[in-house]
Amino acid sequence: MRGLVPIAGIILLALLPLVGLSTYMMHILILVIMWSVIGMAWNLLGGYCGQVSFGHAAFFGTGAYTAGILYLKLGVSAWWGFPLSIVVVGVMALIIGFICLRLRGPFFALATLAMGEVLRVTAENLRGFTNGTLGILIQKRTWVEKTWYYYIILAIAVFTFLLIRRLVNSRLGYYFLAIREDQDAAESLGINTTLYKTVALLISAILTGFAGVFYMNYMGYIDPEIVYALHDISIITIMVVMVGGVATFWGPAVGALIMVLLAELIRSLPRIGTAHQSLFGILLILIIIFLPNGIVGDFPKLKTILRRRA
Amino acid sequence: MRPLLELKGVSKFFGGLAALVDVSFTVNEGEVVGLIGPNGAGKTTLFNVINGFYKPSKGEVYFDGKRISGLRPHRICRLGVARTFQVVKPLQRLTVIDNVMASAFLRSPSRQEALERAEKILHFVGLYEDRETVSKNLPLGKRKKLEIARALATEPKLLLLDESFAGLNPKEQAEMIETIKKINREGVTILIIEHHMRVIMSISNRVVVLNYGEKIAEGSPQEVASSPEVIKAYLGETAVA
Repeated sequence: MRGLVPIAGIILLALLPLVGLSTYMMHILILVIMWSVIGMAWNLLGGYCGQVSFGHAAFFGTGAYTAGILYLKLGVSAWWGFPLSIVVVGVMALIIGFICLRLRGPFFALATLAMGEVLRVTAENLRGFTNGTLGILIQKRTWVEKTWYYYIILAIAVFTFLLIRRLVNSRLGYYFLAIREDQDAAESLGINTTLYKTVALLISAILTGFAGVFYMNYMGYIDPEIVYALHDISIITIMVVMVGGVATFWGPAVGALIMVLLAELIRSLPRIGTAHQSLFGILLILIIIFLPNGIVGDFPKLKTILRRRA
Repeated sequence: MRPLLELKGVSKFFGGLAALVDVSFTVNEGEVVGLIGPNGAGKTTLFNVINGFYKPSKGEVYFDGKRISGLRPHRICRLGVARTFQVVKPLQRLTVIDNVMASAFLRSPSRQEALERAEKILHFVGLYEDRETVSKNLPLGKRKKLEIARALATEPKLLLLDESFAGLNPKEQAEMIETIKKINREGVTILIIEHHMRVIMSISNRVVVLNYGEKIAEGSPQEVASSPEVIKAYLGETAVA
């Protein structure tokens, strides 16, 4: 029975556009699914393997710029970014991994944060290559309608979900958890910690890069401030997973839904709408104090609290 | 008797501090060798050198005729050296069975094989009933058993046990002695750090004594216990006179 829930969910999601949702609703759904992909990708590295990255914008941005530069410089469709980003983001992940994965805990987090910022500043200054702060604009987007974009990001999300579930239940998954729980113990039990941390980073980065490629194609405009943003990408990625539930299969999707809806809601509020960053910060603090395992991870706890109220 | 582990003039310096000075000894296949010495004698440092966490500053370590000093710990484990930690390091948030499976995957790549192997080992060390317990909830005695189970899951030829008896009550100690003897009977060579003399005397074929990073005695438990050097190291100068 339980195995049928994801299939039913996917069918439901696949049928959703047929209901005739408004363009705005479709946009929100697309964002939720895109953030689910980024969250799931981050969760593999941060949640399961325990390497908390504060710089996933590096991979999102590199994916987006791979697609954008293909269009800008070679005049090729930005959709070709998908195959090419595997190579570009992969190489980027190996370089970042080589530098950062020798560090542990907070030092790793700070190093990844720095790498994301380095890439943002680089993209701003390599004007000849990236158009700098002017950004890249796709003159004519593939579709005016949102339906196809929806199906594309949904396919990526389903692929990401299945891939990660398969990985986590395999030998690799055990190795990731062992590294998260105690790296020295893992190493002395025959686990090549450097190798498997790199594998986790590589897969996480490429999946995040896919979301970036999609973003370029979907939004039609990127600049370094948007796709390499520390606060709007790297930090929100962590929030999506923290709110939903670290190291859970459904946490990122739940977190993405809440964060995207919340962002829309807060932005539409009069006056305090501009302070949405501060409100997110407060939310994160509350989540860490009361639901340290996120909504999915602390679901049993949440249920008992609600029942007691009622 | 074939030498399995050979230390040749191993020294380890941390800055100006000499943690190990020119230590040489051999562990033969099938033996149980005790490694004793006062606190700070360099016993755990020696384990860290054998297991690859530290590279010796001088000297070499050979395992099964192959030089292992300088290799990374996971490589050394793959060759057949497993260890436990004095301060137990279970994979806290994982269940007992998952802890053991994580190491069983080293020699059994399929999930089913790893699971079967892990279950067999849990039976062997007497943790089978606790297999679904999250390991941070285990009492210390069982955590020490889990450490051993995890090490055994890598199918070692040489097992390094770092104070597996510390903090155990007498009943648990007796069980642990039986477990270690059983492991040895299965053909696993054992090098064990221990403070309990009763334990060391009852299970070791030979004993190596370290003091201030130097080997001061080596021999049968009886020889070592009566060596004036060893008594001096443990009890001080006046006790000898």
